[in-house]
Amino acid sequence: MSKHPYRGLTLIAAVLLLLPLVLPNSFYVDLAIRMAINAVIVLGLNLLIGFAGQISLGHAGFIGIGAYASAALPTHFGWHPLLAVVAGAIAAGALAAVLARPIFRLKGHYLAMATLGLGIIINIVVRNEAALTGGPDGMAVPPMVFGSFEISGDKPWYWIVASLLCFSIWASINLIDSPFGRALRALHGSEVASKVVGVNVLRYKLTVFVMSAMFASIMGSVTALYVGFVTPNLADFFHSIELVTMVVIGGMGSIYGSVLGAVLLTALPQALATFEGWETVVFGAILMLSMIFMPKGLVPTLAARFGKGE
Amino acid sequence: MNMALLEVQDLSIQFGGVKAVQNVSFSIDAGIVYAVIGPNGAGKTTLFNLITGIYTPTAGSILLDGQPIQGKSPDVLAKRGVARTFQNLQICMNMSAVENVMVGAHLRLDRNLFKAALRWPALKARDLDLHAEALELMRFVGLEAYASASADSMSYGALKRLEIARALAMKPRLLFLDEPAAGLNPKETIEVDALIRKVADTGVTVVLVEHDMKMVMNLSDRILVLDYGRKLAEGTAAEVRRNPDVIAAYLGAHA
Amino acid sequence: MLAEFLQFLFSGITVGSTYALAALGFTLIYNSSHVINFAQGEFIMLGGMLAVYFTHSGLGLPLSLVLAIVLPAIVGLVMEKVAIEPVKGAEPVTLIIITIGASLVLRGLVQIWLGKGTFSLPAFSGEQPINVLGATLMPQSLWVLGVTAVVVLCLWYFFARTLMGKAMLATSFNRVAAELVGINTDGVLFLSFAMSAALGALGGILITPITLTSYDAGIMLGLKGFVGAVLGGLGSGLGAVVGGLLVGVLEAMGAGYISSSYKDAMPFVLILLILFFRPSGLFGGKATDRV
Repeated sequence: MSKHPYRGLTLIAAVLLLLPLVLPNSFYVDLAIRMAINAVIVLGLNLLIGFAGQISLGHAGFIGIGAYASAALPTHFGWHPLLAVVAGAIAAGALAAVLARPIFRLKGHYLAMATLGLGIIINIVVRNEAALTGGPDGMAVPPMVFGSFEISGDKPWYWIVASLLCFSIWASINLIDSPFGRALRALHGSEVASKVVGVNVLRYKLTVFVMSAMFASIMGSVTALYVGFVTPNLADFFHSIELVTMVVIGGMGSIYGSVLGAVLLTALPQALATFEGWETVVFGAILMLSMIFMPKGLVPTLAARFGKGE
Repeated sequence: MNMALLEVQDLSIQFGGVKAVQNVSFSIDAGIVYAVIGPNGAGKTTLFNLITGIYTPTAGSILLDGQPIQGKSPDVLAKRGVARTFQNLQICMNMSAVENVMVGAHLRLDRNLFKAALRWPALKARDLDLHAEALELMRFVGLEAYASASADSMSYGALKRLEIARALAMKPRLLFLDEPAAGLNPKETIEVDALIRKVADTGVTVVLVEHDMKMVMNLSDRILVLDYGRKLAEGTAAEVRRNPDVIAAYLGAHA
Repeated sequence: MLAEFLQFLFSGITVGSTYALAALGFTLIYNSSHVINFAQGEFIMLGGMLAVYFTHSGLGLPLSLVLAIVLPAIVGLVMEKVAIEPVKGAEPVTLIIITIGASLVLRGLVQIWLGKGTFSLPAFSGEQPINVLGATLMPQSLWVLGVTAVVVLCLWYFFARTLMGKAMLATSFNRVAAELVGINTDGVLFLSFAMSAALGALGGILITPITLTSYDAGIMLGLKGFVGAVLGGLGSGLGAVVGGLLVGVLEAMGAGYISSSYKDAMPFVLILLILFFRPSGLFGGKATDRV
């Protein structure tokens, strides 16, 4: 609870505003957009992992739901792209709710198993149902339109995604320091204590899980609309692990850590693009090393080291 | 005020073959300090856990204001004004001391997630009020020095009082203290004794489990003695002290 | 009809044996440390890949097989010392992530060293199919089943009759109590990783002549073995074997009778069903929390 909770946000907003002036070409704008998209997903995931202390190993599945909703619903059923985004989010949320209700009554690692299973099932479905999804090769995504105005290309999407990111950060900061946020953190700190002060633990875990699933789905739709194409890789196990890595390395429970983690680990595959096997090794090494030496993640560890508040 | 605040009737719980609590009955009137004592393993904490919803009894009932509450979960009981502290501290070490206290007021606040995310002004204002209130509670329990401390930097004795502050933030009618003096040195014990007196004076009904006999005899209006999960005796401090069964249980049959 | 059913059954218990060995590996490690080792699948992959590498290098089948079991065991030991021991007592999330990281490192290294190709081993005793009531049984399947059965018996003997085995069991029931009676629980953990890796590697070797192997074969095998362990009841050795076999059979039956394109999805639908209806599995116990 610092005196200037929005200081970091202002800085990020400033950076986002100035970035397009500095970036040399559209490759970098594209990279920035991908970083921002990942940052929003990671923020949602961090609420689940870092604050509520639960783990999801299948979050890419929810991204896939949103992405493929934006691809298939307009293409095969003529839905308006915006409606498809909403439908994807609702489907992801509903799936999360159905899954979570029985699982959250059990111990911690059961959710890991269940989300793992769900993510893999979604990936297999997407690969198999070629008529709907284009199968392993993927399919094209009709762009977002408002009347006759089509939103495509990196310029408009940059501003949309940047705004989404700023809003998400703002909302997350507000959330952490609110009765809801405190209940969530208390839940992570001591479930028994939180129950005893009146927190309906099951309902909170459920809410956070559903929220993070819907965030992921919406950003999946955004990715699909921006790129104009979806492939099953968007919803595979490795992608789920990448996201968890971003949470972990940036800092579990840290808002700015989420952004940092997303930025670093979106750039990393680009740097390692020519060294395929090495990308896997480096990711794995990062996961291991950061959990062994810096279990709180970069931002919290650095913050503690330099004595700043968050 | 005729009806007792809390009534326990024939309460029993069994863990496998172990009858931890057997046919215990007693009632607690509003506004008093009620102690539960007994040798180790007598079932005191189990009794607490039964009443505060952590365990579900295998038989018997618990009535709060005449309404049955046995088997209801702790968060439901919190709504009815039941608060408790724990023998093995349950503090959220990932939060600051003040925030731990603020969590206690959970039910009294607007917990709406959307209003929170959008920084609804009314919500924010209430939060600031709560922060002040939490600091005031910390002062009440003697923790003003820790106003900006994080929970994981506090001593054991301080954390025990923090739990009490958190429980008080619930503005409870019924406060269960599970061994509030356990692990405290004599000076700290006297301070906790005074604190409990202060709390009781505000009108909260206090129920405590405690081993420190001096504290129990000083504070309590009525005492329940348990032994091997059964009720051994019940009455005022003077009555219990004179009860031959109690003396035998504590000091051996030939005392 | 019968022939078809038997066919599915045979292929089911064959691959199920690999899942059973993997499940045993998960259970061993879970019992000694409550860690779910997501790298278990990579030990399976290592067994197969190393066996291929050594036979191709001209080492002869027996020596290659021995090395292909011993080396993963050593990798398991290294992993325990480097990645698990330093973080004893960490949150479950942390440990899960570390083992996932380890699996990525192992897989990546194999990908760099041996490439992305698919490899096979010659069947141990030829490829002449055996006819059983109209269904064909490959000799390699008999190897798989036979060796697995022997291994399971040896493990049973180890845990029931030897001091070391009983020490491991004691650690799984109550770590502190085990330490108090003088059991070296760190040593138990160390050993359980080695055993677990060896079991996985063995499973990988046995199955390679039938299902082939590649750098990423471990993911699915490991995860399905994990489903087997959960189905049987995480922590139960008997459950692991039964669970692994059951997963293999259900997968084969599902692929054969319902849909072959969803073959890989079956075990995961299964795990969701288990978690919904009977999370403690077939043989696992229920756990209560003491406040």
